[in-house]
Amino acid sequence: MEIYRAHVLVCKGTGCTASGSENVMDAFQKEIDKRGLSKEVRVVQTGCLGLCELGPNVLIYPEGSYYCRVKAEDIPEIVEEHLVKGRIVERLLYKEHLTEERLRALTDIDFYKKQKRIALRNCGLINPEVIEEYIANDGYKALAKALTQMTPQEVIDEVKKSGLRGRGGGGFPTGNKWQFAANAKGDIKYVVCNADEGDPGAFMDRSVLEGDPHSVLEAMEIAGYAIGASEGYIYVRAEYPIAVKRLEIAINQAREHGLLGKNILGTGFNFDIFLRLGSGAFVCGEETALLASIEGRRGEPRPRPPFPANEGLWGKPTIINNVETYANIPEIILKGADWFASIGTEKSKGTKVFAVGGKINNTGLVEIPMGTTLREVIYEIGGGIPNGKKFKAVQTGGPSGGCIPAALLDMPIEYDTLVQAGSMMGSGGMIVMDEDNCMVDIAKFFLTFTQDESCGKCPPCRIGTKRMLEILERITNGEGKEGDIELLENLAKSIKASALCGLGQTAPNPVLSTIRYFRDEYEAHIKEKRCPAGACKALIHYEVVADKCRGCGLCVKVCPTGAISGERKQPHVIDQDKCIKCNSCFDRCPFGAITKA
Amino acid sequence: METAVKKDAELEEKLQKVDEMLEKYKGQKGALLQALQEAQGIVGYLPLEVQKKVAAALNITLSEVYSTITFYSFFNLKPRGKYQIRVCLGTACYVRGANKVLDRLEKELGVKVGDTTDDAKFSLDACRCVGACGLAPTIIINDEVYGRLTPDKVPEILKKYE
Amino acid sequence: MAVIKSIEELEKIREQAKDLINLRKDNETKTRVVVGMATCGIAAGARQTMLAILDELKKRNVENVIVTETGCIGLCKFEPLVDVIKPDQPKVTYVNVNEEKARQIVVKHIINNQIIDDWVIPNI
Repeated sequence: MEIYRAHVLVCKGTGCTASGSENVMDAFQKEIDKRGLSKEVRVVQTGCLGLCELGPNVLIYPEGSYYCRVKAEDIPEIVEEHLVKGRIVERLLYKEHLTEERLRALTDIDFYKKQKRIALRNCGLINPEVIEEYIANDGYKALAKALTQMTPQEVIDEVKKSGLRGRGGGGFPTGNKWQFAANAKGDIKYVVCNADEGDPGAFMDRSVLEGDPHSVLEAMEIAGYAIGASEGYIYVRAEYPIAVKRLEIAINQAREHGLLGKNILGTGFNFDIFLRLGSGAFVCGEETALLASIEGRRGEPRPRPPFPANEGLWGKPTIINNVETYANIPEIILKGADWFASIGTEKSKGTKVFAVGGKINNTGLVEIPMGTTLREVIYEIGGGIPNGKKFKAVQTGGPSGGCIPAALLDMPIEYDTLVQAGSMMGSGGMIVMDEDNCMVDIAKFFLTFTQDESCGKCPPCRIGTKRMLEILERITNGEGKEGDIELLENLAKSIKASALCGLGQTAPNPVLSTIRYFRDEYEAHIKEKRCPAGACKALIHYEVVADKCRGCGLCVKVCPTGAISGERKQPHVIDQDKCIKCNSCFDRCPFGAITKA
Repeated sequence: METAVKKDAELEEKLQKVDEMLEKYKGQKGALLQALQEAQGIVGYLPLEVQKKVAAALNITLSEVYSTITFYSFFNLKPRGKYQIRVCLGTACYVRGANKVLDRLEKELGVKVGDTTDDAKFSLDACRCVGACGLAPTIIINDEVYGRLTPDKVPEILKKYE
Repeated sequence: MAVIKSIEELEKIREQAKDLINLRKDNETKTRVVVGMATCGIAAGARQTMLAILDELKKRNVENVIVTETGCIGLCKFEPLVDVIKPDQPKVTYVNVNEEKARQIVVKHIINNQIIDDWVIPNI
């Protein structure tokens, strides 16, 4: 194996690929070849580094210099300055939001300082398409340990003792799940990985699959050993083409190296893993629906019990865990349950990955110890709210979760505290909203989503959420009636109590939590026919403030319907009949001369 | 007329490929979704002829095939445009104004969500979160992701596909 | 690639693969070797010096060393210049380092902790 003096890591996750990291990587390779540095400098593709918004992201080791928004044109300069002359290219370094300070190393920036990476330990560090890099960083060591030094029951006990809870939603203790499946009678058992990450705004599972696919394979093998299964299935979204490709490569490599298949590592243990692609149905994230879909049927949930641990795939005992849960397993086996349990809080152990997005400066993936406060995540790691706007709420738990207001920002993040606040952990989406977001509109957004994705099997979800959505539409259209809020609350209670699966039972949460914390906004829509945030189209109209308008004509240019007219250098006017309230003029006007009310 | 004949020939050829593909799934349990995914990959959508072939190969009823197709949003019963535009309506994109981008696309293309332009060039859909939340709002045209969009940027992007 | 048949084989592969990612971890605790690679350094043969250092490190299976480059430090007549900085020790600068000297610096100084006084920069 050759030794290089420098490694250039280029992020090839979905975010950075969309920003053009493919070109950046090619340009590096070309420039390095051209200068005859290919024996000294190695170019490596990696998975997600977390700060997708600043992509394409490039890291250069040994310095650990972190360059953002790198373009192909920048490459000759980086090679010449950094790789030839040893001078860091300051202008491309990451810039801290608050201090505007340019920081040299990835590990120095606020975004990373508070993080603790367990599930994401290899993301952005190794090349996910080279199994040797995974092995080099202690890959498959946990499997070796489990197979040779532990009994299946000891593996289960270790996972139980670690306190690990499911990272995909409800937070059920993982070790208990494994114990049920191990105890279940049956000669054939299955291990399933739920990679149908469907919560809008959550993409941590995608990042793990793209950046560290082998960790999931290794964990599934350990699970298979623990419960006595020899086959595993990964159910992954078809909308994640890069993740699918990396998984295929990883499975093939593991098979070629004898790390999947028969007699693994000479221990007599047999295990193989197969991929199944999801076809775009949110409900398939529910475990019984997911199993139906793997079996090639409509992905409709069924009542539990029997639980999958007793009757799962093809009627056999099955465990289902999500990607992030699995990604923690090798570290728990390797470093021990006590180490894992020492991180986090009393009832929520370890770390959790959050996809922080929406109105926040550093959008991206963060992995933090449980118990970190929302304020730390949003302000210290996330860098606060952009454009000097005011924080209004943070939404966690996706369509099953709720909106948490500013008053609760100092709440530590745990499974139970989030539930008490009317939200939930969910898979870890965290969307920040500012004063321009209308909370009624957000509730409507989530309900539109669940209504659309409801599988239609049980009436409370199919019909109940439809009625709730109709009421919300009425309210945002300025046709809300006295008593609508109470009606929503009533419907919500019935749906929560009677829906068949988790999707239906939690569907009312976004409505209930926004009513709980932002009732005044609902009332303003209903009683005053006013949208305080200026987001509900039916309740706002745009006007030009004549004193401020300088007649520059920029608004005329951006207006897609030709609704704005006026002489140059004279105040303009908006034709209300033609205006479609697209907000373009409001965004464009440099003088603040357009108002919405 | 000539183009119609050519189209038929093309479809025939694709149907042939579907037959070949289905061979490996014959008699296999639980292969319906995989078979449909591959069939759509070949033909581009799932017309009745294809559905019948799949049903026959897997020895299941046509109604089971149809009900499965309509359950999953990934499958199309109608042909789609040459360029499929999908607008991400995930939460992160939504709070950053994805619906305004969608409005502009509808206006520029003259079609509503779910439809295809008359020249079969563009079809417009809303889609679930694609996980590129850092670049919100985003759209995907075939496999290309465009991020950090504003409504103004729409015409320029569409121009690339003229 | 061959099938890994036992835990021992897996450990062997891990040992061999370590160099793949070594450069990306725990760099604060490693010995740094800095080669002057400005125009004058390169003209004096610094690239061959650098490659010789990398080669020798690989041959002797030395871990925990990072090799980086730097620009001109204004002592062109002594090029190629090589700094060796061990953790918690002062910097040692070697002058006129050709390939042969480079290999000996790796063996004597980096591995065996013996500074080669004759080649250290004179007090000017």
